[in-house]
Amino acid sequence: MTAPVFSAVLGRDLRLAARRRVDALLPIAFFAVAVSLFPLGVGPEPNTLRQIAPGVLWVCALLAAMLSVTQLYAGDQADGSLEQMLLAGGSGTVAALPVAIAKAMSHWLLTGLPLVLVAPLFGVMFDLSGRSIAALCASLLLGTPILSLLGNLGAALTLGVRNGGVLLILLIVPLCIPALIFGSGAVSAVETGSSARGHFSLLGALFITTGLLAPIATAAALRIATE
Amino acid sequence: MTMSTHPVTTHRENAAPVLATEALACRRGARVLFTDLSLAVHPGQVVWVRGANGQGKTSLLRLLAGLSRPEAGRIAHESGRERVYVGHANALKDDLTVAESLRFLSRLHGFDTGADALDAALHRFGLHSRRQAPVRTLSQGQRRRVALARLCLAPAEALWLLDEPFDALDAEGVQALNALLAEHAARGGSVLLTSHVPLTLNSPVPITLQLGEVA
Repeated sequence: MTAPVFSAVLGRDLRLAARRRVDALLPIAFFAVAVSLFPLGVGPEPNTLRQIAPGVLWVCALLAAMLSVTQLYAGDQADGSLEQMLLAGGSGTVAALPVAIAKAMSHWLLTGLPLVLVAPLFGVMFDLSGRSIAALCASLLLGTPILSLLGNLGAALTLGVRNGGVLLILLIVPLCIPALIFGSGAVSAVETGSSARGHFSLLGALFITTGLLAPIATAAALRIATE
Repeated sequence: MTMSTHPVTTHRENAAPVLATEALACRRGARVLFTDLSLAVHPGQVVWVRGANGQGKTSLLRLLAGLSRPEAGRIAHESGRERVYVGHANALKDDLTVAESLRFLSRLHGFDTGADALDAALHRFGLHSRRQAPVRTLSQGQRRRVALARLCLAPAEALWLLDEPFDALDAEGVQALNALLAEHAARGGSVLLTSHVPLTLNSPVPITLQLGEVA
């Protein structure tokens, strides 16, 4: 029973995104605009730009991910799709896991992965070295799934709550801070010529921990929200 | 809150019930909707849950479907029998086509999603010509038909839990659904449904379950 639920939900979400391309591109557009504004605001001094680049790129990636996560379950709850998805696996938290994982996965494929792909372009804009850009991509590749998993949890927790968007930001952004610190830290370390291994190890550990725990919490939150 | 149920009698009482509840109670917030509700649904039965607005018809169906947990009491399901819940909301996405919506909902539950089966299901509800139309362009009644077409794809002996299935359907749609209900009951399936309009189903004669004060 598990495989059809996971693939059915993931497939449907990707199809829906393809039907609404403008909506799907919004996080990337936000990222591009926000990142491009920094050189204009801070000034075109290359050394300064190089120094702030890891932080700016990571903060904008985090905000782009949070921006797109608020409506993750709202539509499905309003039209009854969420009930059907949760019923499909049976009852209990475990049965809701495929839905939670599929939703996190589709969010990452539609937001995280495009961010990883466009990041090098903006790295060049900030005059980062080739090695730093590689580190940026690697850190985003490890870090954006964490953001998707946590955002997914936040969306499930705030489902049906009025002003859920604000609550979601307040709940989830603090949880994303470790990923932000080690992600941008890894790029800074490479940029200054020191080893980024520690940062990457911690980012990897964060990814594994979130990957194991967040879907379970999300599944439990979904059960409560639909009761 | 008083609670009364008409005794559910049946000509097939010797068969094990598909679904049985024992002293079921349901609460929404501070309000107790019903207490001490015992019912049994046997193969081949159509049970019509009646009650005024706010008496807990939808809550009962959600409990039986497994979406929420009872305040007290027990629900016993025959193991291995699929439950199909069609809620008040149609669970359709505006941006998908009719065929895609039906395929998604059926695939989710592991039903037969072969092209022929899908076509036949849409045909029964007169939606075949609109199979490639986006759900966005459908009327309320047509949306209801798409949601109900899923019943044609469910396993033969499934238990159907239908929340106001006749809602928004026109005469032709009601006829199609009645035919489907009769067919389902005849092959040993069971149905539990709510409806605020009197049922026009003749065979099998629906068994009435009254929620709330005795009328």
